[in-house]
Amino acid sequence: MTDTTAAKIRPPRNQWWDVWDQFKTHKGALVGLTIFVAILGLILIGPLIWHIDPTYVDFRARNKGFSLAHPLGTDQLGRDLLARMMAGGKVSISVGLTAMSLSIFLGAAIGVLAGYFRRLDGHLMRLTDLFLALPLLPLLLLMVTLFREPLSKGFGPEGGIFLLIVTAIGATSWMQTARIVRGEVLALKEREFVLAARSIGTPSHRLVLRHILPNVMSPIMVSATLGIASAIITESALSFLGLGFPPDFPTWGRLLFDAVDQIQLYPWRVILPGIAISLTVLSVNYIGDGLRDALDPRIRGR
Amino acid sequence: MFQYTMRRLLIAIPTLLIISLVIFLLLEAAPGDPLGEVPLTVPPEVKAKMRTALGLDASWYVRYFLWLKQMFWIEPMHLIDTLFGTHLADDMQRVISFQSRQPVMDIIAERMPQTLIVVGSAYVIGVLIAVPIGILSAYRQYSWFDNLGTFISMIGFSVPTFFTGVVLIVIFAVKLQWFPMVYDTTLQVTDWESFTKQLRQMVMPVTVLSLFNAAQISRFMRSSMLDNLGQDYVRTARAKGLTERVVVLIHVLRNSLIPVVTVIALGVPSIFGGAIITEQVFKVNGLGQQLILAIHANDLPMVMTLTFIFAVLIVLFNLIADLLYGILDPRIRYD
Amino acid sequence: MKLKTALMGAAALLAFAPAAFAERGADGELKIIQSQAASTMNQYLSSGTKDINASSMVSEPLASYKPDGTLMARLAAEIPTLENGGVSADGKTITWKLLPGVKWSDGSDFTADDVVFTGQYCMDPAGGCAQLSKFEGIEKIEAVDPLTVKITFLKPKTNPYSAFVGALAPILQKKQFEKCLGANASSCTEANFMPIGTGPFRITDFKTNDVAVFEANPHYRDPAKPAFARATLKGGNDAMSTARAVMETAEYDYGWNTQIEPEVQAQMIAAGKGKFMNAYGGLVERLELNMTDPSSAQPEGERSTTKHPHPVFSDLRVRQALSMAIDRSLLVEIGYGEAARPTCNLVPAPEMFASDNTGCLTQDVDGAKKLLDEAGWTDTDGDGIRDKDGKKLSLVFQTSVNPIRQNFQAMIKQWWNDVGIEVELKQIDPSVFFGGDAGSPDTFQKFYADVQMFANEWDGTDPQAYLAQLTCEKAPKPEDQWQGENIPRFCNPDYDALIKEMLTTADAGKRADMIKTLNDMVTKDAMVTVPLANRARFSAVSNTLLGVEMNAWDSEYWNVADWSQAK
Repeated sequence: MTDTTAAKIRPPRNQWWDVWDQFKTHKGALVGLTIFVAILGLILIGPLIWHIDPTYVDFRARNKGFSLAHPLGTDQLGRDLLARMMAGGKVSISVGLTAMSLSIFLGAAIGVLAGYFRRLDGHLMRLTDLFLALPLLPLLLLMVTLFREPLSKGFGPEGGIFLLIVTAIGATSWMQTARIVRGEVLALKEREFVLAARSIGTPSHRLVLRHILPNVMSPIMVSATLGIASAIITESALSFLGLGFPPDFPTWGRLLFDAVDQIQLYPWRVILPGIAISLTVLSVNYIGDGLRDALDPRIRGR
Repeated sequence: MFQYTMRRLLIAIPTLLIISLVIFLLLEAAPGDPLGEVPLTVPPEVKAKMRTALGLDASWYVRYFLWLKQMFWIEPMHLIDTLFGTHLADDMQRVISFQSRQPVMDIIAERMPQTLIVVGSAYVIGVLIAVPIGILSAYRQYSWFDNLGTFISMIGFSVPTFFTGVVLIVIFAVKLQWFPMVYDTTLQVTDWESFTKQLRQMVMPVTVLSLFNAAQISRFMRSSMLDNLGQDYVRTARAKGLTERVVVLIHVLRNSLIPVVTVIALGVPSIFGGAIITEQVFKVNGLGQQLILAIHANDLPMVMTLTFIFAVLIVLFNLIADLLYGILDPRIRYD
Repeated sequence: MKLKTALMGAAALLAFAPAAFAERGADGELKIIQSQAASTMNQYLSSGTKDINASSMVSEPLASYKPDGTLMARLAAEIPTLENGGVSADGKTITWKLLPGVKWSDGSDFTADDVVFTGQYCMDPAGGCAQLSKFEGIEKIEAVDPLTVKITFLKPKTNPYSAFVGALAPILQKKQFEKCLGANASSCTEANFMPIGTGPFRITDFKTNDVAVFEANPHYRDPAKPAFARATLKGGNDAMSTARAVMETAEYDYGWNTQIEPEVQAQMIAAGKGKFMNAYGGLVERLELNMTDPSSAQPEGERSTTKHPHPVFSDLRVRQALSMAIDRSLLVEIGYGEAARPTCNLVPAPEMFASDNTGCLTQDVDGAKKLLDEAGWTDTDGDGIRDKDGKKLSLVFQTSVNPIRQNFQAMIKQWWNDVGIEVELKQIDPSVFFGGDAGSPDTFQKFYADVQMFANEWDGTDPQAYLAQLTCEKAPKPEDQWQGENIPRFCNPDYDALIKEMLTTADAGKRADMIKTLNDMVTKDAMVTVPLANRARFSAVSNTLLGVEMNAWDSEYWNVADWSQAK
């Protein structure tokens, strides 16, 4: 008798362990996580082992195929593609993740506030309309003109441009998330459980954080995974327009863009960065799927 | 609902005015010069005269009010003139593009049909593919169909259109020679032959664009369906003995549409805005291509007018989305 | 009267007989794709080459340039010279005799009134004419009789062949443009888009920034030409797809401006559907070295002005070392292929003006290192970068966004790194870089960098005005909104004196020598302008198109009337 009760009362357990347990049962998520960690490992640890400078121009080794000296070959200036892929990945993934987080944070915050507080709705949605209507290119040109030098002085040339790009992408891509989240919140706040929570006097901030936010996680997750892809691509478009990193600084998007013209001659130069971007986005997507399931208490119980 | 709609439309007027002012100031402040594309062989004195001829010497507020007057007074009168053959706006200066010296509205009218045909049909096809895929993927979560759908849509979204467009051109225009790589904008559809020609030249741009659109919408559809399939009301509906078809397609679908409606409504103005990269790759003379050309050339009247029209559509379709929320979920009330 | 008509008919038949194989309009449609679409057909309002090309199908000047840079009469009966009395001995007037019997494409007669009107149109102060510099120094233009035009200059002109010469300054029809003078120029959309001309084609449809459609001009003076009945001029948006549409899919006959990577050029030639053609004019891709201090440590308004000389480049040896470290042949091989040739000259063409300065063509890394050592820049701390008085030899190198220029930047950076110079690269959106916005720090005139790269050329064949840009007083400065044209801020009193002398020298041989001396003064002797490559006009031509002759001094379609389809 006592034995069984002792067995039933388990020691209190951190809920994140439950989340992890649930996450582990999601095969796609595990595979995604493994791949993502592998990519991160490659771009973070890789350069420590592979010493060639990604910007080093070696005129004797132009357009080389796969070889021991250059496992992924070289480009038309003789720069080592493996080194460029690793350096490019570091920039692309950090830009992708940071810009996406910024845009998701802005989008979710504005969406929830607008959906939940009727007083703010009008103003915030007009702001969203304004941002949707602004032509991006002049806006970015203006930002670069105003902030490139001060930021470069404060954070060094690369740090400054990184901040500039991340802010530019984040500040111009939150609108869709905001509209989607707001739409969902509008519907959610009329649901019974919200009314119930409110009727027992739950303060607004707790209601939003505890009840509303968890229920809009899935569109946010989708926006986040799509956001990484579009941030990586937008970054390449920016460097193409001269608004991004210095021209000799590789990023995945840029490698892809530069190689498109040679697609018939050197298909690998296009395919490699293409695969890298898709693989990253896919793995993040599956991690997102797994996380959403794991965070959903209804599924976790099953 | 009617009262709400009217109120929103009234608020839209000052909103749009403010948006137009912000856009104008942004264009003013952004670096760039309408004469930047004039070759270096033209001496600076001549450039200064050309600048004066474009009216760029006036201060910014004079030019802003001039644009307002041209846009809201002269252009509507001109429209009346062309519709009814009157002569109200004969000697008045319309909004003129710096680049080509043609009235901006004429250029827009010339390019609108191509934009709507190509980008619009790509959008409709994208939505038509995406919604069923999203529903089926969610209903059969983690089945092979779902995994394949996820895979394709993620690839479709993460590979940029400048890449897919070129791949299609290399395969279908260069190697197989099935479709033309350059879109013929002078083609008039008059008979069956020209119609098939039109279809053939539309295949590649429409494919590229609809793949991209479908990828995004199907992800939102799937996740929203998943959320709702786990809800209690679904269990109740099934317990009542409703057929699976009714449960999924009526109850769950309707409740899952809110985020999808938002995405679709946000996408409609961008149809008019055109698809810049795809239009560039396939030489469709759409509005997106015009906008990017005008931005690069600092053609202020053109950029200003196009973005303003774009803003009007955004405000309008966001209102439509809000009204649709109320229809999809009657609990949402605005009054 | 009847008899006369019959006789004329017989004469026409005779004229037709030998040319039976080359009948007007026998060859169907000519399809041209341009890497940029035309935005207007009136180049007095624009002056992009894209627009000049398009309108040269329709409108003609009195005289054009031939591929060798010499003049040929077009709407004039002959080229006026001192010998035939067309140019007065004092150099103050030029008299053009017009070709008789020329008709506009609407059937009306072409007369001297049209020429006078065109001058009036462009010289109108309110019109904002882009070709105003071609009409500079003109006192009056008058019609002596219906077939004679006399231009009087304010001062004797050393080069009187400017107004109405070349594709930039064609004749407009007075009847059509009469209402479009001055401030009305902009509102004449119909006339600007569908000008009536005397050329081999007339325009039937124009969509701005997209496509222009032409048909053979029924009133063209040569009844057997053009061979094509219709022509289309489509905008292709980029060089790559323009080349592909001619060389790989053969959808088009001619692709204008197809500057693509050399390897891709080779791949397209291998497809066997067409060829690339080139012609060298004066377009030179060059580095310009800032002779003033661009450092942001200088107060705003004094940055990159002659108040502060450049701390590093004031030493000629450093400038020479920078040039010696570069392998121009490799730059061209990787960047342009057949579309450029290495050069050491600012004026590389035409033949008569090109200096024999070829000393820079061989790369000399050791020489560059030695010069830097001599100049006192040595690597004292062993980090691979030279320094002097505790300051590192570090340069900012900017250019506009353009794939070839970015490759050039990467290569030049590597060469300079190899001789111990640290380089920071910067790329700027072309609309900002080349735009004259005085508020932007990134324009090429402001030159807030140590080195910059771009290409420039001049109008016509005579480079006098081009070389005169490098005089001391033309250095850009904030007082005149940075509008000066002496971008490197070069200043040499001897140079200025020689320019002054040239303005009054009419003798062709002496002028050619002066041009060569001036060229050497900025390049070989001073190295403020470091020429890299003489870029060609580079276009794709289908194997089925005959008669194309590339021309670097006029429109590429200068002889479009002679083009025909291979049978």
